[in-house]
Amino acid sequence: MSMKVATRQVDGVTIVDCSGRITLGEGSVILRDTVRDLLSKGNKKIVLNLNDVNYIDSSGIGELVSAFTTTKNQGGELKLLNLTKKVNDLLQITKLYTVFDVKDDEASAVKSFK
Amino acid sequence: MAMTEQRVSYTLDSSLETIDSAEEKATRIATELGFADDEIMQISMAVREAAVNAVLHGNAYAPDKKVTLAFERTATDLIITIKDQGKGMDLSRIPNPLAPENLLKTSGRGIFLMRSFMDVVEIRPTETGTGLKLIKHVHGPTAGGKEASQ
Repeated sequence: MSMKVATRQVDGVTIVDCSGRITLGEGSVILRDTVRDLLSKGNKKIVLNLNDVNYIDSSGIGELVSAFTTTKNQGGELKLLNLTKKVNDLLQITKLYTVFDVKDDEASAVKSFK
Repeated sequence: MAMTEQRVSYTLDSSLETIDSAEEKATRIATELGFADDEIMQISMAVREAAVNAVLHGNAYAPDKKVTLAFERTATDLIITIKDQGKGMDLSRIPNPLAPENLLKTSGRGIFLMRSFMDVVEIRPTETGTGLKLIKHVHGPTAGGKEASQ
């Protein structure tokens, strides 16, 4: 299953509902383009909802890191929401769990932005 | 494709499709061999990362260069070899992705993930490029009759 995204606004925060696979190629490109498009339009409070992301490879991990740093460098914040066990495990072994702000419910994710 | 009872090998193009194909083959073979679900995920992901290395970093998508992928089942192991025809890999130049200064790098985690998921990872230069050997030990009742002999 290829990567799909849908964006919606909740109290000034952009929720990006991702589904499928974030892997080298199309999946990584879609995520990159989505985040860059949001930032270019001034949407700097971003939550990536990964509830339906069932697979991420090292390129996808790199894309998450890139999205995080790009957003931060533009004065914004990017958080992760609803990690599956597989994705959670990957972030644990790569020590990126300590880098990302990871939330497990949407309301608290939205509320956590300053 | 060449195939024997215990070994199957493929010669693949240096393309993105090869990466997906390698992963799919690994998933299918690991499933057929009776690995547990989490082990199947680990094997398929390690093979995907090895294929990314071969296609992207080794052969650099060159249409005249091939990737060879082989799966071999022994009494105790699943042995996977992936070879490219690239310029070779300098392991000393691959930084530790867990070091604080590297955590926010956007690449350099492929070999680390392979090593995390497989029991043995060997990376060696070959006459024509780089060869990776990935080994996953077989556990449980399919492990070469180990259970029956106990």
